[in-house]
Amino acid sequence: VSTLSLCFRINRRSGGLFLQTKMAAPLTLLVIVAVTIRAVLFRSSLAELISERVEVVSPLNSWKRVVEGLALLDLGVSPYSGDVFHETPLTIYLYHFVIDYAEIVCMVTDGITAVALYLAVQVYNKNVFRKQKYALEADRYPHDCLELMQTPKELFYVPLKVAMFYLLSPFTILSCVAKSTCGINNAIVALFVLCTIKGSALLSAIFLALATYQSIYPITLFAPALIYLLQRLYIPVNLRRQSFWLFTLQYAFMFVGSLVVIVGLSFFLLGSWDYIPSVYGFILSVPDLTPNIGLFWYFFAEMFEHFRLFFICVFQINVFFYTIPLSIKLKDHPVFLMFMQIAIISIFKSYPTVGDIALYMAFLPVWSHLYRFLRNIFMVSCVLLACSALFPVLWHLWIYAGSANSNFYYAITLLFNVGQVLLVSDYFYAYLRREHHLSHGLYLKKKDGSEATLVLK
Amino acid sequence: MFQDRMGLLSDPNRRRALTNLLTRLNTPICVLCYLAGVAWFMGLAFEPFTLRTYMSENAMGSTMVEERFPAGERALVTAREFGAHKRKSGAMPVDWLVKTMQSRGLEVYTQSFSRRLPFPDENKERYMVRGTNVYGILRAPRAPRTEALVLSAPCSPDNSNNQAVGLLLGLAQYFRSQIYWAKDIIFLVNEHDLIGMQAWLEAYHHTNITGMDWAPLHGRGGSIQAALSLELSSDVVTSLDLVLEGLNGQLPNLDLANLFYTFCQKQDILCTIQEKLQRSDWDSVSGYSQAVQTMALMVLKQASGRPWGDHGLFLRYHIESATIRGINSFRQYKTDTTTVGRLLEGMFRKLNNLLERLHQSYFFYLLPSLSRFVSIGYYMPAFGFLAVILLLRALDLWVQLGALPSVTEDGVGVTDQSSSPSLVSILTPVVISHLTGAALYTLPVLSQELAVQHFPVSETEAVVLTAIAIYTAGLALPHNTHRFMLAEGTEQGWRVLKLVAVLYLAVLLSCTALINFSLGFILALTLVPVAAFVTPHVPKVLSAVVMVLLAPGCTLLYCVFAFQELQEAPVSLIDGWMLFLSVISQGMLDHALYGSLVYPLLALFIYPCWLILWNILFWK
Repeated sequence: VSTLSLCFRINRRSGGLFLQTKMAAPLTLLVIVAVTIRAVLFRSSLAELISERVEVVSPLNSWKRVVEGLALLDLGVSPYSGDVFHETPLTIYLYHFVIDYAEIVCMVTDGITAVALYLAVQVYNKNVFRKQKYALEADRYPHDCLELMQTPKELFYVPLKVAMFYLLSPFTILSCVAKSTCGINNAIVALFVLCTIKGSALLSAIFLALATYQSIYPITLFAPALIYLLQRLYIPVNLRRQSFWLFTLQYAFMFVGSLVVIVGLSFFLLGSWDYIPSVYGFILSVPDLTPNIGLFWYFFAEMFEHFRLFFICVFQINVFFYTIPLSIKLKDHPVFLMFMQIAIISIFKSYPTVGDIALYMAFLPVWSHLYRFLRNIFMVSCVLLACSALFPVLWHLWIYAGSANSNFYYAITLLFNVGQVLLVSDYFYAYLRREHHLSHGLYLKKKDGSEATLVLK
Repeated sequence: MFQDRMGLLSDPNRRRALTNLLTRLNTPICVLCYLAGVAWFMGLAFEPFTLRTYMSENAMGSTMVEERFPAGERALVTAREFGAHKRKSGAMPVDWLVKTMQSRGLEVYTQSFSRRLPFPDENKERYMVRGTNVYGILRAPRAPRTEALVLSAPCSPDNSNNQAVGLLLGLAQYFRSQIYWAKDIIFLVNEHDLIGMQAWLEAYHHTNITGMDWAPLHGRGGSIQAALSLELSSDVVTSLDLVLEGLNGQLPNLDLANLFYTFCQKQDILCTIQEKLQRSDWDSVSGYSQAVQTMALMVLKQASGRPWGDHGLFLRYHIESATIRGINSFRQYKTDTTTVGRLLEGMFRKLNNLLERLHQSYFFYLLPSLSRFVSIGYYMPAFGFLAVILLLRALDLWVQLGALPSVTEDGVGVTDQSSSPSLVSILTPVVISHLTGAALYTLPVLSQELAVQHFPVSETEAVVLTAIAIYTAGLALPHNTHRFMLAEGTEQGWRVLKLVAVLYLAVLLSCTALINFSLGFILALTLVPVAAFVTPHVPKVLSAVVMVLLAPGCTLLYCVFAFQELQEAPVSLIDGWMLFLSVISQGMLDHALYGSLVYPLLALFIYPCWLILWNILFWK
């Protein structure tokens, strides 16, 4: 143990500066490559095709609808009259100014997301490493767990990999080339993650409010952010402690305050509350049943009208509900909780697109040390790969050839989502398993002395 | 949460047992799966395993129709007149057709079009194509004009097919006098077969997919519900052949075939599919072999992805369509034109009753005979067995990759794999293979002028030979790939590369099989064994020979011979080779003219995938 921690210490001493300077060049290169790919695609004939794909754009974030909303705005009509436009007022005013540079804005938001994630993961890894070192020095880990330790060599490239996973992921590229406003939402969430991990409560609350304002669902990220900030201030999560309540109220106040400011600002920009039903009502009541990669459309297209309200409630509560058990189970690991929440939102939200998936998939390199505990990763990646290829094929058969029907497409959607759920739960299991090993030793013995195995029940 | 009890999905012991079983018995299981796939496919033609066709569409099933078309002889006279005018003008007699159609009470319009082929078509001897389509619309007296049916007959340059035009005009005159039409009926005479049809359809639907020049249509009917294309070259026929295979292997709804079959039964006309008569003795060897041959022909035609009749382009627009082709052989039993006319009248009257597009019956089917069909649920397992081999191999490779540094399935064990293969050594072959594929796709047509200048060949030959040259040059690739690679290929390297290739092939083939089952199945038949057995450690020369023999190019060659054999027109090796060359040029033309996807699929995806496997064989 002592040699290992010594080696860690040496690495750490040179680590800080080393990390900052040496990684800037690859990151820049990465951004340049990513921008080039996007620029080429923007100029190619594929751009139009991509921007029509239901997998890439949803009624919430399609560029066509933004243009429509802008046109209405320019005519002096409320963009929410009619049933086309569902962006928030701030987004449309943002695009009002940069409409001519929409492609650049899309690329820049992707860049911001990637850099924010990069910095966030860098800070997070530093913290992880420090904690691990203290624990090692305090001899808190069982002796056979040394091989579970994360070495600086492994950690070194993780932030870059995260940025790469985001920028070069085909999902992100498609989403960006379609000029989907999903990129903006991702950027806001990424900035929120960065501010939270950096420990800035105010900025974190502001970005959380912005993200919530954009699409409601990120409100579930309140829990992990709060836990993380509490942990940072060494306040235990204890309902009987006054300091816990004090900080919670403080953070909640900042969050609600900024939300009120943003909502109020939107009201004053537009002069009406039109956008509330048109954006949030649209997200929550799911009136548009255009096929997408989510689970809602088929279900609600098939359902009898009088069950609709009930099942809408069930489906929507499903998105939010996981916050409670996950927060209890993962109360010591807020960043992993954050990852889980982002993943759950993008799987179960009412209008998911591939851009949402790209965001949580970017976090996967952070958990690369869990690889050895993943059980289904091969099957799951095969399923996700095959489904991604089958989406356009079955769409073609359904819509253009007319030989297949919606059941074929929904079957793939279902499989794709099952794949995602398996992926996320696999990571969840692996994470808990590693923590279990870190406290109980790697080689578990049954009471009778034979080798034991862990089973997720 | 953690308990030492058995869980169904997550119990590591069971998973390990299953994985061990699959790895240990991998090769036998794969061989078994392959045999099962082939056997399943062969079994599809066996009559007890197939379903009897039945009419699903209510609007066409229960109504009674009485056919009264009387004017077969008159139609033949018109046909002769048409032939005479065609001979006189040397092309399609547009003015005569317009006049005749007008005199029969139709709204007549013409459409001119022109198209320059990317390179001369030597089969049909055309390069600059200029032509005119003539069509007349019979407006529906009984309903708003929102829907239409099409009857078309191609006007070919030689003396054939005059009878079809004559019958079309005769039917037009007869239909005009009936009052029950609820849909517009469009009578179309298209010049230059599919090119004219393409021009007309694109103009009708206001699309331009292939960059063709055509004049816009001045008269349109409602949205087309169904179309029939007629090909008749003799005054009497012995049988009628139904052609279903359309562009990219698309098939019309099975109800259309059922409709044809029903009316053939009613009119007592001999009907065939793939020009093969159905036999009643299914339990005899010859009866079964007839069914297999019919189905195999259908599979080969569908796999080619080309439209096998003028109806083939309608399918792209969601219009159910088929070609009815008159065959005149030496059989005693003859059917006259009046009966054929009655058959068409009956079919049109039933189609006229449609309340919505044909959608009740199957779109995915194979036909071992006209009265028997195999639906997607029955034939997909044949492909499934082949695809499973790829998955099993991938699983095996995955386990091997994990096992090299000894990691147990449970995750507890030593994981020190410093020698993970570099990304470069994997990416280089993949990228270079795809670049070769892109060259195969683009260069032949682009470089034809250059080739014609430097070699004594015609343009068409130049294109085909360039394609073959690039294809063959791809075989030298492994040597060049290694020059680009900085690192030595490792044992892990080829496994990763093979894993990538196998998964890639699996996804490619499944997508292909969904769109065009036949193509996917034929490619799987030859490519799956290659993908399954190839490693750097098998005997080089022998495996190289086997791989080349199972490459996509050779598959095409076998298909050409098999097709000829099945059509009972076997060819010699030299003729077969010439046919092979012309098939390649036809494939490219189909892609350029009608947007058939087989050539790009083979050049851009399947061939590069095969090249990656070829690279693995020569992995250093």
